[in-house]
Amino acid sequence: MTDIAEKPDVAPPLASAARRAQVARRLKKRYAAEARFRFLGLLAVSVAIAFLVLLVGTQLIQGVPAFLASKLEISVTLDPAKIDPDGTGDPKVIGDANYRDLLLSALQTRFPEAQDRRQRRDLLGLVSTNATYDLRDMVLAEPALIGQTVTISVYTDDVVDLYRKGKIEVGDPDAKLSDFQVQALAQLEADGALYTTFNSALFVNSASREPESAGLLGAVVGSLLTLVVTLGIAFPLGVAAAVYLEEFAPKNRWTDLIEVNINNLAAVPSIVFGLLGLALFLNLFGMPRSAPLVGGLVLSLQALPIIIIAGRAAIKAVPPSIREAALGMGASRIQTVSHHILPLSMPGMLTGAILGMAHALGETAPLLMIGMVAFVADVPAGFTSPATVLPVQIYLWADFPERAFVDRTSAAILTLLVFLLLMNATAIYLRKKFERKW
Amino acid sequence: MVTTDQAQPKPVVMPLDGPVKIAARGVNLWYGAKQALFDVDLDVGANQVTALIGPSGCGKSTFLRCINRMNDTIPTARVVGDIRLDGEDIYSPAVDVVHLRARVGMVFQKPNPFPKSIYDNVAYGPRIHGLAESKSHLDDIVRFSLERAGLWKEVADRLPQPGTGLSGGQQQRLCIARAIAVSPEVILMDEPCSALDPIATARIEELIDDLRDNFTIAIVTHSMQQAARVSQRTAFFHLGILVEAGPTEQIFTSPLDQRTQDYVTGRFG
Repeated sequence: MTDIAEKPDVAPPLASAARRAQVARRLKKRYAAEARFRFLGLLAVSVAIAFLVLLVGTQLIQGVPAFLASKLEISVTLDPAKIDPDGTGDPKVIGDANYRDLLLSALQTRFPEAQDRRQRRDLLGLVSTNATYDLRDMVLAEPALIGQTVTISVYTDDVVDLYRKGKIEVGDPDAKLSDFQVQALAQLEADGALYTTFNSALFVNSASREPESAGLLGAVVGSLLTLVVTLGIAFPLGVAAAVYLEEFAPKNRWTDLIEVNINNLAAVPSIVFGLLGLALFLNLFGMPRSAPLVGGLVLSLQALPIIIIAGRAAIKAVPPSIREAALGMGASRIQTVSHHILPLSMPGMLTGAILGMAHALGETAPLLMIGMVAFVADVPAGFTSPATVLPVQIYLWADFPERAFVDRTSAAILTLLVFLLLMNATAIYLRKKFERKW
Repeated sequence: MVTTDQAQPKPVVMPLDGPVKIAARGVNLWYGAKQALFDVDLDVGANQVTALIGPSGCGKSTFLRCINRMNDTIPTARVVGDIRLDGEDIYSPAVDVVHLRARVGMVFQKPNPFPKSIYDNVAYGPRIHGLAESKSHLDDIVRFSLERAGLWKEVADRLPQPGTGLSGGQQQRLCIARAIAVSPEVILMDEPCSALDPIATARIEELIDDLRDNFTIAIVTHSMQQAARVSQRTAFFHLGILVEAGPTEQIFTSPLDQRTQDYVTGRFG
């Protein structure tokens, strides 16, 4: 290199007017680029929000009516001659009595004109099929009522409920309401015997084929039991794995391989975990079908990589100076981890765990594989009793032919969304509460 | 590795006149394939302040971290050589590193109090090493350590508050209090004032001078004035080699090696 070599292009000094104008032109372009980027970002966020509003909005419009239900108030005379003619007081005799007939008599008292079989059937069709069982349970619980006339409130049939909500017209082929029924309903309405109330059945009952008495309690309890198992297995395992990989494991080809596989595991389709659970837990270990225990095991396999990845990120975020300070004080490695690293990374780990749990709460496919799709009419009593979970209940209800299940499916979706929101809010709360500054 | 003997003159190491606390002989250190220390022979005198000076990357901090085996935490670091604390080889398998670090405390470049209360910061060492017999004994240790670190008056009424809420200089004195709470024999300081303002620095320097009665101190510093102010002995490192070690006054006024002369007069580094 010599002096005569080409001189590099030196920018003219800013003081020159031409140079200033050039910079000003470029400045305008730079601002334009920034404005474009901001517009695109805003657009992306708006689209996302629009979809969210659309989803929640449609579910709200469809689901909210399901939180209300129609009830009919009627006076039933608990005729001893029909319930317990010999006055034995034996629960078996009382339980076997014909309550359908009692209910019919009560309705006939109000509509003496209904004499032929079809009209009698129409009258009974106004109230829920399960009303007779409710009546029986009431008498069994309190046999002293026999002989009295009691006023009870029973859910109306789902078609009546839909008719009252204006969801079906009389002419509809779906609306299996006879002219006599429509007339009777108008009269009952005029009496004030028909009224709309909060649909508590949705939260205190379990699955049922009758929409008016179908509820989510069984599914909610099933979901909770399943999540308890998932959390109990995935959280300690995930935290231990994250701590070991970050703090203790040597960095070599094996740990690299493990890391890649954990990341892959997080991307495995959930149905595969279901098949694994079917083959391993049900077939090989002979665990009970449809049980929250098995569901929790399968979901913990799925939540594990999420918790490990979040845990490792949280540990990495602890400043190395804290680690050095502890080691420099003569703390052993396990003391460094338990006194400093774990408390400082716990908010991040908890957030990861709750997000993993929220993911597990919404999971359906693997649970179908292990039989949690069964129709379970009882609230699960424990970890090994048959159960279903909220998303599977939604799947089941979406499949039922009755019109009234359309609303209830949306109501179930809203309930699931509320649970998810609660879990995410807990994650944010925990992060804020335990977050420490250094 | 190229033999350095022909290229470099032998290090000039003036013998200590007092008792030796730490004796390093032939210390070599590699980070992976890169050698960071070459045959370092250095004595650290008891109840003295020894300053390690030299340009960035010369290996002075690396050497300091060999003395309490903090380099063990770096998977690629490999140490060969002999470092003796009161005649005991600290790299022998019989030495427990946790016990060693209780004897050789360390103060880091950036103040790094734990995100716990001031009290818990100082009490941490005595707690993990089981030094306090009772709660009141622990209280005494905490108070005494904070007094020694010149921090007691400032924090006496707010011990339960977080240590991270103190100012930078106070945090560093808290770290010194934390280190002396376990009554170590040696305190290593790795540029303890580089993140502090001149007033806080002056307080720490005073403190170092006070501490020398009870502790042996080795301090890494980039500030030649600081080395001149606080130390009795100075060692000059360059490119992983110990160039010269001797009484501080001599190093700064009449160094024997040309490279030391160039560095202390500000011609390079």
